Formats: sequence, C-alpha cells, structure tokens
Amino acid sequence: MSQITEEKKDAYLYGWADPDAIRAYRRRYKSAEKKEKLVTLKQAIEQGVKPGDYIVFGGMGSVRTPMAAVYEIIRQGIGNLTVGAKGSQHDWNLLTAAGLISRAEVAYGFGDEIRGLSRPARTAVENGRLSVISETTNAAFQWRFTAAMKGLSFYPTRTAIGTDTLHYSGSKQIQDPFTGKPIELIPACYPDVVILHVQRADKYGNCQIDGNMTEDFELAHAAKRVIITTEKIIPEEEINRRPDATKIPYFVVDAVVEVPYGSHPNQVPYLYSFDEQHWQEWLDASLTDEGVEEYLNQYIFGTEDHYEYLEKIGGLRILRQLEHIENGIENYPKVAKRR
Amino acid sequence: MATDTERMIVASSRLLENNKSVFVGTGMPMLAASLAQRLHAPGLLTVYEGGGVGGQPEGRLPIQVSESLTFKNGIIVGSMDYVMSLAQAGYIEYGFLGGAEIDPYGNLNTTVIGSWEKPKVRLPGSGGGADIASLCWRTIILMRQDKRKFTPKLNFLTSPGYLNGPGARERSGLPSDTGPYRVVTQLGIYGFPEETRRLTLLQLYEGITVEDVQANSGFEIEVHPDAYTIPDPTEEELCKIHSLDPDGIVLV
Repeated sequence: MSQITEEKKDAYLYGWADPDAIRAYRRRYKSAEKKEKLVTLKQAIEQGVKPGDYIVFGGMGSVRTPMAAVYEIIRQGIGNLTVGAKGSQHDWNLLTAAGLISRAEVAYGFGDEIRGLSRPARTAVENGRLSVISETTNAAFQWRFTAAMKGLSFYPTRTAIGTDTLHYSGSKQIQDPFTGKPIELIPACYPDVVILHVQRADKYGNCQIDGNMTEDFELAHAAKRVIITTEKIIPEEEINRRPDATKIPYFVVDAVVEVPYGSHPNQVPYLYSFDEQHWQEWLDASLTDEGVEEYLNQYIFGTEDHYEYLEKIGGLRILRQLEHIENGIENYPKVAKRR
Repeated sequence: MATDTERMIVASSRLLENNKSVFVGTGMPMLAASLAQRLHAPGLLTVYEGGGVGGQPEGRLPIQVSESLTFKNGIIVGSMDYVMSLAQAGYIEYGFLGGAEIDPYGNLNTTVIGSWEKPKVRLPGSGGGADIASLCWRTIILMRQDKRKFTPKLNFLTSPGYLNGPGARERSGLPSDTGPYRVVTQLGIYGFPEETRRLTLLQLYEGITVEDVQANSGFEIEVHPDAYTIPDPTEEELCKIHSLDPDGIVLV
C-alpha cells in the first residue's frame, strides 16, 4: 500500500471535487446536442458569472486573455470572486483594482513580467482586502486542470517537492508505488466558470486557437461553465474542414460571444499586438487609488459596451496599427513599463 | 566599464552551452540566451513557459513568455503542459531563475516578505520558478546581491535549491542530479560544491574583492580555493547585447 508520507492541510485545497460527482454533473449539464449558443457579452456575463464563483481566465500572462469579458464583469459589478491566478496579469489585476476579487489561488500574480510589479493587487493583499488562499506553481495549476479533464482526482508529478509552495497548496505527497520514491499528487481543479478568448469559433462553440495553447484545452474541459469570447464567428463548414485546428469542442461550451479585439490592450497571436500606449496609461494610472478610479470610470464604467470601449481607446486607426505591428508591417513601439 | 546588468547578462550567457536546451524567462535571461545564440551557442534551443520552443524573435525581445514572438520562426508550439512535461521528462538542461531572497543552499523566495498570512510585501509567487528549479537539470540563478537578499533564512521557500544540504533533493523526491548550478550576481559567480551544497564563490568580476562579496551577504560565503577573476564583458559582447535590446527593454 502506498502511504501518505506527508499530508498537507486540506485548508489550502480549493475547487476540488470527487470525479464521480463531476461525471454526474457533466452528464446532467453538458450536452452532445448541437445548440446555438450565441449571446451578447452582457448576457453571457449576467447568466454565466455569479457572485462568489471560482473563476479562471484563459490565455496566459497578458496574451489572449478575455479582457472584454473582464470589463463587462466590472460593469456589472459581480463581486466576491475567487480567482485562479495562473500566470495571470492584467485580467485579474483589473478585477482586483475594481474590488471584485476577495480570494485568490496564486501561481503568478502581482506582476506584469517586464512591465514591473502590479500595485493594485499587491496593496489589496497587503491591506487585507484580498486574501491569498493557496499557493501553487504554473505547472501544478496546469496539471490541476489536466486531472480534472481526465476525470481523475489527482495528477502525479515531481515538482515543488520540499518547498513552502507545496505546503500552502492542496497537494499531498505519497510514496510512488512503482519507484518507492516520494511523489506529489496534485489535486484536480474544477473552476465554477472559465472564460476563454479564441481566434475563431462557430455558433455552437467549436473553437480554433492559433499559436500556443497555454492551458486552454484542459481548462475548457475542466470547468463547470465555459464562456467563449471569440474574435470572429465562422461558419460551421469552415470548422468541419479543419477539425485538427479545433482545440475546444462545442459540447464543453455553454456560451459563445463574438468580441472583436476582445483582448485589447493585450496581444492575440497572429492578429494584433499589445497596445503599448494604452498599457502605459494604465501603468501610470495604477500608481494611485485616484488614478485607478479615473481609469475605470473613463474606460469601463464610462462605456456602454465593448464597441464603445474600442472607440474610446482610439478606434479603427489604433486597432489597425496593432494588427500591422503583430504582422511585421509596422515596427514595435517602445515597451510600456511601470515608472 | 560595463554596468552591473551588462556584467550579469554576459556572465550568464557564457555559461550556456551550444546544442543544449534552456527554459527562458522574460528580462535578463532572455537577453543572455539570445547573446549566447549569437556568439558561442548558435544551437541553443530556447523553451518558453507559454508553449513556444525554438523561437527566433525579430523586431524586439519577447516581453511575455506566452507571446507570439516566443514561437516566431520556431520549431514547435504547444502548451504549458507540453513544455513542463519536457522539463519533467529530462529534456531541458538549463533553467533560469531570479528571486527576492536566496539562502546558502540556493533555495529561493519569490512569494512573500513577512508572514504568508499577513505579508509585508507580496511578491509575484512561484510562477514556473519552482517547476524550473525542480525539473531542469541545471538551474542558473540570476539576481542582484545585497545583505538582505542573501539571507541565512528565507521568509518563504518558493523554489527548491539543495534544501538543507547534500542528498536532500533526492531524499525528498525531486529528480536526481538536478539543482542549482550557478548563481550570477553583480559581484561574482557562485557554485554549490557536492560535499557541502553551500553557496561558494567561484569567480569575481574585475575590481571586486572577496570582502565586497562578504559585505553584501547576510551569511558567510565560502571561497573556492581556485576562485579567480573573470574578464569584464568584451566590446563585442556589449555591442551585441545592445543591438539585441536597442530600446533598453532590459538594459535600462
């Protein structure tokens, strides 16, 4: 028998469920019937995101993240959220700045890579407005979703053993019954709601993603509810022509919204680059509480929907420029950094 | 005279061997890996956490480990699962890490200063740090050195070094023969000899003394009997890193 060699307190375990309970949930709520799932962004967020949900966003860092959905959550003021910050940057930082997140499981948060540390999320933790409920790593978060996708309660790995990170995660350590060596068991994670932004999808929710997948494949299959925002709705025939390019199938998806430039000011591989000027505006604004408030008022509360937001950030002229940068037609501008 | 940042980038780039694979993070590691590719290691295979493998970025350095430049002109593009599995399976030789604190055994803190429950300063967290430190063969730690950062006791152990001494990694279940390989700071280069697995001075930059090293550490640093002074970056190395980062994304 494999003995548990070091048991961590379940106090740090979030989003886990017995695989049989999840199988039953999927049998009841996920359907192989092809139904049209097109809704407006407003409807998708209203119907799909509930106060208190454990929410995880797709993409990684500030790349292919569903920013338009984040803005809409802020407009609707859906709060008390728990976020899985899996290499997360602008998406959860903005929600934290808006005061809508109370708890977070963190692999990476509080920073924007080269741009510097993120003040709103950091001060929220330091002031006690936001609690970090558990720590994990990038690979461990991925493998939490992998286990969930595979219908298992855990996934065995050899990462982060011997660290405080492991202690503050929901993992357990046992003796590997094959090698006899210690091994870490990473618990499955089933977020209440996952929002993913993709390049193309059809009205049923079949999604094609270009470039890196980050964790989206497993994440979409792990979630209880899946909201897709897509740059473009394409005909079903186009999906059927290239099923190998489809990374998320319709039967795991609950809602589909067409949201062009839905990741602005972030990057979507092959489509558009970061909006460095806008990023700099945010970084400067985020240095004070007043600045944050002004930013949110101007770009989010002050806009009716994403189309109005796109007008406000500079409209077609800026968006076309960002496409040109991503496609090598225009040069990269100066990278925005925290001053 | 080279700046501290230039010295650190050049010194760590010289450590990377040709035809090996390296996990690259944003900032100094990316510049170090790019410099190595241009000078002595054209066959260095770069791997990024977002899933990109072997990218040859053009136009500027990648500013995110998940952006499209990390797989531009690349070999394959996968997922977090794919690249982390590569590391766990033993395909990745080098990993690059930084930290807010390091202890004598090369353990790192990137999570919190103060208590975890009531943090004084909240840092980004592990990210891929603990994964890279656990799963790559040899990790290179790149960080500025001062008395507070080089500490006998971490506030939080985020990424495993040699834990508490020789054999501790293997005993706890981490893959064998892995661990910190070098620490590169603005003062010198350190290693972890097998007998002690404690941070030991191997090389000093020109103009730096052992006293400087000691004065900038919160714990006693052993000095390798064959420790020597390494030459400053050459004109060629400096020109190259500036041409790789003309806008000073990392250098300024």
